[in-house]
Amino acid sequence: MFSDHSAQEEGPSAFPQAAALELRNVRKQYPGQREPAIPGLSLSVEAGEVCVLVGPSGSGKTTAMRLINRMIPLSGGDILLGGRSILDHEPTELRKQIGYVIQQTGLFPHLTVNENIATVPRLLGWERRRTEDRVRELLELIGMDLDDIGPRYPAQLSGGQRQRVGVARALAADPPLMLMDEPFGAVDPINRARLQDEFLRLQERVRKTVVFVTHDIDEAIKMGDKIAILRQGGTLAQFASPAEILIEPADEFVAEFVGQDRALKRLGLATLADIELVTPNGTGPGTDRVALSATVRDALSQLIAGGGAPLTVVDADDHVAGIVTLELLGRVLGDGALANGADPQVRAAGAEPRPAGQESPA
Amino acid sequence: MTVVFAAAPVIPNFGGGSSQFACERANRLFCPNWVSRNWATVLWPALRQHVELTLIAVAIGFVLSTALALTAYRRHWVERPVLIITAILYTIPSLALFELLEPLPGFGLSRTTAEVALVSYTLLILFRNTLTGLREVPAEVRDAARGMGMSDRQSLLRVELPLALPAIIAGLRIATVTVISLATVASLIDNEGLGSPILAAISNEVFKTELIVAGGMAVLLALLADGLLVLLQRRLTPWTRARAV
Ligand SMILES: Nc1ncnc2c1ncn2[C@@H]1O[C@H](COP(=O)(O)OP(=O)(O)OP(=O)(O)O)[C@@H](O)[C@H]1O
Ligand SMILES: [Mg+2]
Repeated sequence: MFSDHSAQEEGPSAFPQAAALELRNVRKQYPGQREPAIPGLSLSVEAGEVCVLVGPSGSGKTTAMRLINRMIPLSGGDILLGGRSILDHEPTELRKQIGYVIQQTGLFPHLTVNENIATVPRLLGWERRRTEDRVRELLELIGMDLDDIGPRYPAQLSGGQRQRVGVARALAADPPLMLMDEPFGAVDPINRARLQDEFLRLQERVRKTVVFVTHDIDEAIKMGDKIAILRQGGTLAQFASPAEILIEPADEFVAEFVGQDRALKRLGLATLADIELVTPNGTGPGTDRVALSATVRDALSQLIAGGGAPLTVVDADDHVAGIVTLELLGRVLGDGALANGADPQVRAAGAEPRPAGQESPA
Repeated sequence: MTVVFAAAPVIPNFGGGSSQFACERANRLFCPNWVSRNWATVLWPALRQHVELTLIAVAIGFVLSTALALTAYRRHWVERPVLIITAILYTIPSLALFELLEPLPGFGLSRTTAEVALVSYTLLILFRNTLTGLREVPAEVRDAARGMGMSDRQSLLRVELPLALPAIIAGLRIATVTVISLATVASLIDNEGLGSPILAAISNEVFKTELIVAGGMAVLLALLADGLLVLLQRRLTPWTRARAV
């Protein structure tokens, strides 16, 4: 994956390495409040991992996130970024090293897209040339036309474009950590799914440590390498990979939060490439097709829609990779074959095709 | 008031029967000839003085009110007392304010007295507009500025003040037009500006050409100043006209 062009390999970047993040018994009590918003939270996120904070409204997700870049002061505990306490840095210096994306984007209305993206490089005193190169690189990275979008003001962008620019702006100085508070929350479902996919592809290239806040469990499952589920009162209900949370919810609260359809959601974590398909024999062409990169959940949906008739699985080059049937999926589920879920690396990469039948499912 | 009128205009009275020009002898409503003869000696100097009076008053008012607005932006308790004082200054009738200031040591019938009065009328408008402009910067924009590592000062200079510019310039427009019109009244004090020919015409019961010309010039000056400020705003805030394309 890293052989790909990467912003951090080629970009004129300030902080090339993603950094591990550790929250140690973090406490936050707002002045004048009787109960702490967060009584004591410990989490650790490895460098390059996406950690999603999810939970009902008021469970302290935003609070936890804003403690990390010292937008609000800690009441107790410590936070380590790359092994160093955030309290060792000047708040303004710390914040320049942490990408910050919020739901309402907070783009500066009086600056063009180019100028918005150049904000942190300018604060850091980069040379003009280096800043310009970086802006160009980032616009390309988010798939935007430099000459068309660059000189526009935020008012001249669609909601989805604004969010993309917000992400690009946060990435500008190549920070080792990104904080994202419901970054796609205000976008319609279709665009949200597109932004999520784009972000996962982007993350595959830039490999940031990311703290991603959402109240949407499906988004958490899709985006997270790790998910921290918070409950009312700011306590941690479960901190684990998406697959673990779906298979073994820690308690009633988590099970309910994750939803009755968690078995189905689990199927959404694996693609057909992850399971052992039926070898084609005799089932001639003419059956409906499904892509090898489709999730098992989508394949199941298509099977049901087709009245249970088997589907031919084809890879990216349109070669038949195998057959998928309702019986097969039943068996796969029964075996607990998806117990560990898909490897997040593979998932984020958009699933590298593996020849069916050569390898046992994980 | 008598004190004030004692300093009555010294502009020579060209109207009336003594004039060699028929229009003026007849005291017609408007005599173009009078205008061209008195342009260089009366009207042009009066216009220049008027512009000076206005520029000085607006500049001082702008500096004072911006300093006050920035203080009140950071320290909320400052807002109320400033609003109360500037509102009182704003509501004192201009003639009364001149009368109040005139006896004070160092004031008298001077330009200082006129400027102090004019400045005091700009404060409320400029203070309120600037403060409102700053307060109306969206919270998420301020949050983003801080979240990206700007200091308070950087956020103010790079984000908050630029975004408050439309409101600040709107305040400047009102203040400037107000000062241009009030400065004609201030001629009672310092006997300069476009107010002087107007006062001369008032004291002359029949000949009104200078009143019409000087009054018209004050109106045109106000329109021109307002137009220039609109152009300035367009230049400084191009984003306000950027709409979805
Ligand atoms: N500035 C503040 N002052 C006092 N209390 C606050 C403040 N900000 C948040 N709180 C309280 O802290 C708790 C956690 O709030 P927080 O905003 O972190 O929740 P959240 O999980 O982000 O919720 P949402 O999903 O609605 O964004 C809430 O009870 C909230 O009322
Ligand atoms: Mg929140």
